[in-house]
Amino acid sequence: MNIAKAAWGLVLAEIVSGMALTFRTMFKAKATLDYPFEKNPTSPRFKGEHALRRYPNGEERCIACKLCEAVCPAQAITIEAEPRADGSRRTTRYDIDMTKCIYCGLCEEACPVDAIVEGPNYEFATETREELLYDKAKLLANGDRWEPELAKRLELDAPYR
Amino acid sequence: MSFFSTWFGILVLTLLESLAVIVPLLIGVAYLTYAERKVLGSMQLRKGPNVVGPFGLAQPFADAIKMLFKETIIPAGSDRGLFVIAPMITFGLAVVAWAVIPTNDHWAVANINVGILYLLAISSLGVYGIIIAGWASNSKYAFLGALRSAAQMVSYEVSMGFVIVCVLMCVGSLNLNDIVLAQRHLWFAIPLFPMFVIFFISGLAETNRAPFDLAEGDTEIVAGFFVEYSAMSFALFFLGEYANMILISGTTTVLFLGGWLSPVPFLPGGVFWFLLKVFACLFVFLWVRATLPRYRYDQIMALGWKVFLPVSLGYLVLVACVLEFGGLLPHA
Repeated sequence: MNIAKAAWGLVLAEIVSGMALTFRTMFKAKATLDYPFEKNPTSPRFKGEHALRRYPNGEERCIACKLCEAVCPAQAITIEAEPRADGSRRTTRYDIDMTKCIYCGLCEEACPVDAIVEGPNYEFATETREELLYDKAKLLANGDRWEPELAKRLELDAPYR
Repeated sequence: MSFFSTWFGILVLTLLESLAVIVPLLIGVAYLTYAERKVLGSMQLRKGPNVVGPFGLAQPFADAIKMLFKETIIPAGSDRGLFVIAPMITFGLAVVAWAVIPTNDHWAVANINVGILYLLAISSLGVYGIIIAGWASNSKYAFLGALRSAAQMVSYEVSMGFVIVCVLMCVGSLNLNDIVLAQRHLWFAIPLFPMFVIFFISGLAETNRAPFDLAEGDTEIVAGFFVEYSAMSFALFFLGEYANMILISGTTTVLFLGGWLSPVPFLPGGVFWFLLKVFACLFVFLWVRATLPRYRYDQIMALGWKVFLPVSLGYLVLVACVLEFGGLLPHA
């Protein structure tokens, strides 16, 4: 019976110390982020929404080598290409099915001219599935929209490549 | 003959008195859910609701509106009448019990001489709402939850009864008002400390709160007895649970913490002190939930029958001896 009594006392002591811990925790700084108003910083390597970049003179970088299409493990990229009027080889179609994409970043790695990149944007949820089937225009628009940030991130990450 | 002594006047007066208890109680329940989410949040390094209204203060009302607009689903195999009536019983009983709780000197809807018996009777009836819900749902989870909670509530009511008898022996009255007044010099929480702890823990078990929330036991039986409930019928169970928490806190305050009496000698007593003590008790309810994991079912039964029952019975005998041989019996 003595053992049982001692055990009971022990249980209460443990409960009290546990309660003390939760009470102390109550006054600690909260880890919560008020998401839409506060955001976590992202790494320069963050793999978010895709973008097609341009050279500073406005010429699109992509040369339709189709390496990204070949490397894409999810087969999310579809490219068709033809020589342009000035003789340079450019894509006529560059589609990414964002519902297939697994955000592995291999397209970005494969690209010899840093044309296709995954940017810092992760807020591109849509209301319909069709809106997630990105075409060339949408990707170029993304590039134009995020270019300052994209260039900065590529530069920050360059020493590690 | 004044208006309030005609039959109609008495009716109006009774209605007003009931409203004066029920409205603050419902607001209390609403904000208890808010407080629970805030306290649990803080103890887990989260912020809790903070978007709806300033500091999330409108969150309980947003939840209530959501509940109101949802569809009430009555399962095909259920006993419709009982299914609908069960949450009403649970909630109704939680509110009815407040009739005898004195929030200030003679501030009770019914200051009856057997107040504590009435409380005990009403809290014993509470199990019916749960049993009926579990039975009428025609679901194995609901049934298991109802069985668990019935066994649990019956077990803990036994030791709760002994604790109350201890208090009664010290007071010599069943009237809650007298019980509070008897604590003018010393709160019963001090001489009867082990009883106070047992009463509070039994209260946790009575209200099916953590760590005794086996009746809900999300990990094993989904949500227990209210697994089939939705919309307002679910909300009524929810309100009932929280109203019961406030009731147990109120009862603890009256029996052990000196009700409306002021703990500071030179300050007057009043509703304020009663509310403060109830809030403190409620905080402990939430605090325990944030700290302790759920008991296993056989542990709950062992605690109730093998620890609380002998301890409360032993202390009862001890208190009786001290009162008798120490010449402290009231009215002796």
